[in-house]
Amino acid sequence: MNYTAIADRPDESHHPTTFVTKYIWSQDHKVIAIQYAGTAIFVGLIALVLSGMMRLQLGFPDSFSFINPSDYLQFVTMHGMIMVIYLLTALLLGGFGNYLIPLMLGARDMVFPYLNMLSYWTYLLSVIVLLASFFVPGGPAGAGWTLYPPQSILQGTPGNDMGIIMMLASLGIFIVAFTMGGLNYVTTVLQARAKGMTLMRMPLTIWGIFVATILGLLAFPALLVSAIMMLLDKLVGTSFFMPALVSLGEPLSYQGGSPILFQHLFWFFGHPEVYIVALPAFGMVSDVIATHARKNIFGYRMMVWAIVAIGGLSFLVWAHHMYVSGMNPYFGFFFATTTLIIAVPTALKVYNWVLTLWRGNIHMTLPMMFAIGFIFTFTHGGLTGLFLGNVVVDLPLSDTYFVVGHFHMVMGVSPIMVLFAAIYHWFPKITGRFLNTSLGKLHFWITFLGTYAIYLPMHYLGFLGVPRRYFAMGADYIPESAQTLNASITVSALIVGLAQLVFIANLLWSIFRGQPAGDNPWNATTLEWQTATTPPGHGNWGAELPVVYRWAYDYSVPGVKADFIPQNCPQSAVELVADERAAADVSGERGGPYNEPTA
Amino acid sequence: MAIAIVILLLVAGSLIFHFASPWWFTPLASNWGTIDDTIEITFWVTGIVFVAVNVFLAYAVYRYRFHKDQRADYEPENKRLEGWLVLGTTLGVAAMLAPGLFVWAKFVTVPEDARLFEAVGQQWFWSFRLPGKDGVLGQTSTELIDEKNPFGINPKDSAGMDDILISSNEMHIPAYHPVKVVLRSKDVLHDFSVPQFRVKMDLVPGIVSYLWFTPTRIGRFELMCQELCGMAHYTMRGHIVVDSQEDYQAWLAQQVTFAQSMQAPAGDLALGKQVYKVCGACHGSEGEGNDNLSAPKLAGQHAWYLKRQLGYFRNKVRGATEKDPYGQQMAAMAATLTDANIQDVSAYIASLPAPANGASPSMANDRGQQLYHNCAYCHGDQGEGKFALNAPALSGQQPAYLKRQLKHFQQQIRGAHQQDTYGNQMVLMSRLLQDEQAVEAVAAYLNSLPAP
Amino acid sequence: MNLLHKLTEKPWLAQPEGAELALAEDTSLRFPARTALKFFIAIVSVLFFLFSITFLSRSQFPNFQALAGEPWLPLSHPSQLWFNSGLLLLASVGLELAKRQAARQRVNGLVLALGFAVICSIGFVIGQYLVWLQLSGMGFTISANPANSYFYLLTAVHALHLLGGLLALARLIYLFGERPNLASLQQNLSLCALYWHYLLLLWLFLFTLLAAPADAYRAIAAFCGL
Repeated sequence: MNYTAIADRPDESHHPTTFVTKYIWSQDHKVIAIQYAGTAIFVGLIALVLSGMMRLQLGFPDSFSFINPSDYLQFVTMHGMIMVIYLLTALLLGGFGNYLIPLMLGARDMVFPYLNMLSYWTYLLSVIVLLASFFVPGGPAGAGWTLYPPQSILQGTPGNDMGIIMMLASLGIFIVAFTMGGLNYVTTVLQARAKGMTLMRMPLTIWGIFVATILGLLAFPALLVSAIMMLLDKLVGTSFFMPALVSLGEPLSYQGGSPILFQHLFWFFGHPEVYIVALPAFGMVSDVIATHARKNIFGYRMMVWAIVAIGGLSFLVWAHHMYVSGMNPYFGFFFATTTLIIAVPTALKVYNWVLTLWRGNIHMTLPMMFAIGFIFTFTHGGLTGLFLGNVVVDLPLSDTYFVVGHFHMVMGVSPIMVLFAAIYHWFPKITGRFLNTSLGKLHFWITFLGTYAIYLPMHYLGFLGVPRRYFAMGADYIPESAQTLNASITVSALIVGLAQLVFIANLLWSIFRGQPAGDNPWNATTLEWQTATTPPGHGNWGAELPVVYRWAYDYSVPGVKADFIPQNCPQSAVELVADERAAADVSGERGGPYNEPTA
Repeated sequence: MAIAIVILLLVAGSLIFHFASPWWFTPLASNWGTIDDTIEITFWVTGIVFVAVNVFLAYAVYRYRFHKDQRADYEPENKRLEGWLVLGTTLGVAAMLAPGLFVWAKFVTVPEDARLFEAVGQQWFWSFRLPGKDGVLGQTSTELIDEKNPFGINPKDSAGMDDILISSNEMHIPAYHPVKVVLRSKDVLHDFSVPQFRVKMDLVPGIVSYLWFTPTRIGRFELMCQELCGMAHYTMRGHIVVDSQEDYQAWLAQQVTFAQSMQAPAGDLALGKQVYKVCGACHGSEGEGNDNLSAPKLAGQHAWYLKRQLGYFRNKVRGATEKDPYGQQMAAMAATLTDANIQDVSAYIASLPAPANGASPSMANDRGQQLYHNCAYCHGDQGEGKFALNAPALSGQQPAYLKRQLKHFQQQIRGAHQQDTYGNQMVLMSRLLQDEQAVEAVAAYLNSLPAP
Repeated sequence: MNLLHKLTEKPWLAQPEGAELALAEDTSLRFPARTALKFFIAIVSVLFFLFSITFLSRSQFPNFQALAGEPWLPLSHPSQLWFNSGLLLLASVGLELAKRQAARQRVNGLVLALGFAVICSIGFVIGQYLVWLQLSGMGFTISANPANSYFYLLTAVHALHLLGGLLALARLIYLFGERPNLASLQQNLSLCALYWHYLLLLWLFLFTLLAAPADAYRAIAAFCGL
């Protein structure tokens, strides 16, 4: 059989003609990416509103009669689950993964476009099932996003009936969707790269997404296993996780199950999940920093190895979420050690980002501002992780606001800073227009400063020992001043929440009215900026697939006239300083001046 | 430019917040100073890195801001520098980890002379058990838990007979002596946590977990459940009272053993009827209550609840303040009762047939029913009350009484006393009814429920 | 070029013009569906690995009653399960034959072998269902004991994977009917055969696990430190 580049193979689905096949039942990775992103942002906004309601109760208790303890716990649960799974995982991998993998690798599409489409619609189904649980009797699940049994399926916890069943069903459907998408991403990265795109020439974005997808594929089964077993416990009365117990005075027929077994399974998924979110963010921020600092990423190889090492180690640290769970305490020695070891490659990534800026030529664009914001928040969140990873320090801090502050900083704010950086960075490629800079700056400053004003104080409530997931504080140990601090956190949270409307407005406005950006406004080297049209047309490339001649970070190469060389630019076409050849030869028409949006 | 300054300001602000914050670890009351030391080390290491990385970041952003004549360096990697950074990070990590593991080793090894007690968790209460003279806790089993034997102790196990049962949210321990707390849950996950002691551990149904500490300060410390355990998780509080040796012994002498609790007299109905004659003047001869005299309905109430409340009235736990004049009346009456009287009269009242309630079911209102939803977890769907949750019967009760009590809870006239074991929960829960109408609606709804 | 070598390349160093190793890489052997299937098999293996680990851990709790070991226990002489295993083996062999027939362009033999494989596969699923009926008829219901729960759970999840495979096979046959292309059919059949072999091995593993006596669990659990 003669070779045709995988993404070049003829397939009738590749040439959609009607509106429906083009934008709804589309098999084009770019459309699917936007569908994923749109859905994820939509549920994310719902989760944002839920967090606002939680903050209202915590900041101003006894003031809102529409929030009672059951509602509160349901808000907590749905907020957490939506943000972690249905927003971050879906937006980073389903959204950016889908959009960038074929473009950055020089492919026409994913290798299985039909499966890719199916993945999106299955994801949408999981979202619908999840949101439907708001309307079932008893309301949505309210056992915390960790869904720990026994309480999650027992009387006494809100949403213990239909709520938890639909939550588990939705997770199951999501995992199927993710597996379909994930197989696609992995196979595309391994098989559909353009000629010359060796593994080590891939941009770090692809590395991050690639390793995160593998993590997801191997970690989500653990969640599936626990969801199936918990469903059976709930529906047919098996005792996988359910020991003999007396629930609200009623003895139940369960016998001998182990709640800790669930926790092991959950965190065997849950910890890699942190990196499923973090690694794509690490990758994307690396590319944003390199591009806007006009400098190669410092220590590229180390960055790749660190991504791989973090991915591997992330399967060996799960029980650090369980130091006080009642598991065999001797596990603490092992997991504290592995957890602190993972800090080393992570710290190295931070150093390398900062060292990339060093001796760069930093364009303070919006993506760069968010990227710098990310370095700050991630440093903060990463360092507080060293408190919780160290088993004895975890004893006083576990299950307090310190934990809440830490994980929001490290896997809430930080990935979202990167997501914003990525949206401001790639929006010109997706739509051909810049996002508005003034609105963007307003959005950045409120988000960056506001989130710090939310989460820094939370750590201190944690030092004090204020427990998380409390509907109200009570008046004995917890002092009045904690309430004051909570009120100020709530005010910040509401402001940050509202600031996201500025972003949404900017997004909608700029799609139609934004300043036109051209093909390669940031003078970036990676392939997605070298497409013939912007936004890239169906099939991404013209008649010929691009050929890759260099790595992704040829910025400011000494002796070369332009301060960047696109990956598909052969050595013979590079214009050297001494050389008198026409500038247009360097990189076609894209060698023009760095085209920053005007404010 | 601006962002470099802001980052410097944030670093400075974080440091100022850190040093000026009144929100900090509460003073230690146990031997776990080593945990505080580990935290201190962690703070120094991470603090230095935080400041160094961000100051460097701010400087780089400022120094290498865009300039049209400037060109970035080309430096793919610098193995030496990266090597040193890895080494430095590893040393920093080791400096935190090593003491941490050392302290953890101490935590997992309980001193041999540690005294034992058991903390039992259930939705949403604590209770405690001491091993008695033999120093051994009797076997327990979830299947054995019932109203007579709420701890589920195996009556055939001789080691259990002298176990001392503390059916209260408050536990006393002697100061300056290591204690091992074994943790058991009857239903779901809970967590034993006292901020002053630093250590905490989950209670897991089906297994027994443990922690240990040596209390070093006399005082009364709040025990908070820190593992989400359902709707009323935030009300699952208790107290650990660290006593001097004498106070501890005095407290210990008042507690009952498992054997005693099994033999507790049932209460003599005939004697109870004698005692009740006085009560009947206000509460009605059939315990039907009297709105005009502000005397609540008693018939249909559970004996254990009546007994507890009579005890509270007698000991000025309830009805001690002028803000509760009817309670004061009751306190005066209860002062005349002996333990046996209370036992008998409670049993007698509980035996009275519950009268048909005055209100017709049509008075049931949706709002009340909806608001009652959260109350029903403990008080039962029909307001029948549940022994397992220490929740009295409420159905058919007079609205005026219910409203008064709810307000007393909200204003901490009732429930705030240290000895009112379960009242504090109602203080927190009563606040869910945020306005007059809500209180009215729930009271009306409860009144409309058929009496148990 | 091995992976380690690939990952230690210094990608910024200039490659001699025209002689780039990267460009010379042979791309004609790429077959993405095979890569995807290998990953899928890895995922399914993780899934069953996790089930098995929880099973072993759960088997050490006091109320666990193994399904085999003592003569009166249902899986001590699991003749029906042996029969089912035989069916799955035959299905696996059938697919392998079909693949080879396709390679030799023998359509009749191909159809015969495929039909045989499909019938054996369906027979296996029905056989498993019969075991369920037998067990529940003897009072070994799903919630009576964790060993039973795991038996039903694992056999069900395994059968679901087989049914999924049958679905994929059905699609393949349908597509072949639409547009006969023996080369692509042969390539895809090789994937089905691989998947069936995997499911056979997986089933043998599950069979061994589920029909082991309590002592075996104790030994394995002790070995794993559970």
